[in-house]
Amino acid sequence: MMEHLPVLVVIIPLIGAYTSLVGGWVDRRYAFPIAFINILTQFTAALLLTVRVMQEGVVRYNLGDWLPPWGIEYVVDRLNIYVLLILLFLSLLCCAYSKRSIGMEIEERKHTGFYTIFLLLVAGVTGITVTGDIFNLYVFLEISSLAAYTLVSSGRGGKGLVAGFNYLVMGSVSACFILLGIGHLYMLTGTLNMADLARVLPPLYTSTTLHTAFVFFIVGLSIKTALFPLHLWLPDAYTHAPSTVSALLSTVVSKMGVYATIRILFSVFTVEFVVGYFPVMEFLSWLAAIAIIAGSLLAIAQRDLKRMLAYSSVGQMGYILLGVGMVNQLAMTGGILHMLNHAVMKGCLFMVAGAFIFRTGFRRIDDLKGMGKRMPWTSAALVIGALSMIGIPPTVGFMSKWYLALGAIEAGQWVFLAVILASSLLSAVYFWRLLEYVYFREGEGGVEGGTGDVPLPMLIPMLVLAAACLLFGIFVSIPLSLIDPVAESLLGGV
Amino acid sequence: MREDVVIRTVCRAMIPFIQLFALYVILHGSSSAGGGFQGGVIFASAFILYVIAFGIMEVRRRMHEKVVVALSSLGLYIYAGIGILCILFGAGFLGYSAIPLPVSAAETRGLMMEFVEIGIGLTVMAVMTSIFMDISVKEGGED
Repeated sequence: MMEHLPVLVVIIPLIGAYTSLVGGWVDRRYAFPIAFINILTQFTAALLLTVRVMQEGVVRYNLGDWLPPWGIEYVVDRLNIYVLLILLFLSLLCCAYSKRSIGMEIEERKHTGFYTIFLLLVAGVTGITVTGDIFNLYVFLEISSLAAYTLVSSGRGGKGLVAGFNYLVMGSVSACFILLGIGHLYMLTGTLNMADLARVLPPLYTSTTLHTAFVFFIVGLSIKTALFPLHLWLPDAYTHAPSTVSALLSTVVSKMGVYATIRILFSVFTVEFVVGYFPVMEFLSWLAAIAIIAGSLLAIAQRDLKRMLAYSSVGQMGYILLGVGMVNQLAMTGGILHMLNHAVMKGCLFMVAGAFIFRTGFRRIDDLKGMGKRMPWTSAALVIGALSMIGIPPTVGFMSKWYLALGAIEAGQWVFLAVILASSLLSAVYFWRLLEYVYFREGEGGVEGGTGDVPLPMLIPMLVLAAACLLFGIFVSIPLSLIDPVAESLLGGV
Repeated sequence: MREDVVIRTVCRAMIPFIQLFALYVILHGSSSAGGGFQGGVIFASAFILYVIAFGIMEVRRRMHEKVVVALSSLGLYIYAGIGILCILFGAGFLGYSAIPLPVSAAETRGLMMEFVEIGIGLTVMAVMTSIFMDISVKEGGED
């Protein structure tokens, strides 16, 4: 079975999705365990795949035994496996968290469907990370996006529906752009395989058709990753989705957009093209810098906790793209490390926000007075997540900002260095306000909703993520041992 | 409208042909235009026509929601099952020719492809029908 791992990681959740549907029809309680065991199996498969990638470097798999340029090829290298592990780890924790948290937020008759769509989303994001075929990437992007739209609107109340609809419209526009880009590439080269495209594209680097395709890709992917001026779908979707889904969106779904961007920029097009022939990286870096500042400023202005976290996500996406956009080894390392970092800390913070809502129903920051005493463990997780967001050592947030700052110095981009420092201060402003309310303001007595922490299935994923913030910060050499070769191979020619 | 004898009779006459055409499209997926998705949608359109002519309750009675769920899962299991069968016989996922049937490799390929198309067709048909049923309940308030 070992040689079939690349396809098995995609097939397992696909089968699981429908098994949990059938199981849920037999008895509603079966849907969750089936989904959880499924993702656990898939995570194990991904770990086995990691072992193989470490030994062999690149694992290739031909679907249906068709040879690569004609058939669909699955390619797993270090970047894929790094992203895949992050995504599956977070999916696993979100799934565990969902058991209790969806109880109040989603109608009971929809629970079975929730887990089916959840697993379809996992299948989609897994497919994106393992595929080496650009059209296959589009198909999986659509699977996971469609699942995400549904999950956003799955909650009670009409706001989630509206947010989901807006997300659907923006996401479909973005998918159209990406598909047009793929169409142009296919028209030009007659191939859809990424490695093959990278091989046949160089002589065409001056072609206008290729430039058009590239612009389509950039615009489409910018909407998917919610790069600053195109982020408008994001705050509503993150705010009004059920808590589990917010955590899933901000960690898993946003990472898959970033991964697709990196793949297409550096593996389909090459560094040579994006720097030399169509200098888009400088433009992207500036946009990312604006996103960082604007995201932080907008976050300060929010009174709703989830909305604040959503705007801060816009800024954090900026960090990753800034690292990618500066095109040097250090910045790239920082950007890719920030993918892990953001997944861990934002997942933790959204789970904390969900826990507050679960226990008290409060969404506004002003209402969270005295939570430090009422929910000590949840608040502790909040503190660690917040410290990591600000970038205080020894959290992992410090390490990625450190590498980004070094990268900015190496690129001689002093403005970006200033942006990174300034945004750390800005995030200190909005997280300090939150911590002040949680710890240093007395809560009004007799608040209804009970005291004490949330149930263990919700608390454990939160604490695991908080611990991960610290552990990856202290033992940062573990992710870096994966990332360094990735950054080097992505930047190949420079 | 539900009492209209013309609509009922025309639907009665058309539905078998629509379904036959759907099967035709599904089974020719491996060798010509069409395939599981297109055929599945055509098959679902037969049910939708039936709903329009006879009302949702009649269709619910004939095709229970559990059947829809079972069919949509069955389709996926056929697809994944054949893929995994190929793995078990030592080929890659969906490497059809490895399955030992008493016919030539090309024929095996064609046959298995058709099975996969049938699976896809089932899932698409079931999901399309269930989407339509869900929407029509909310609009008409019949349930």
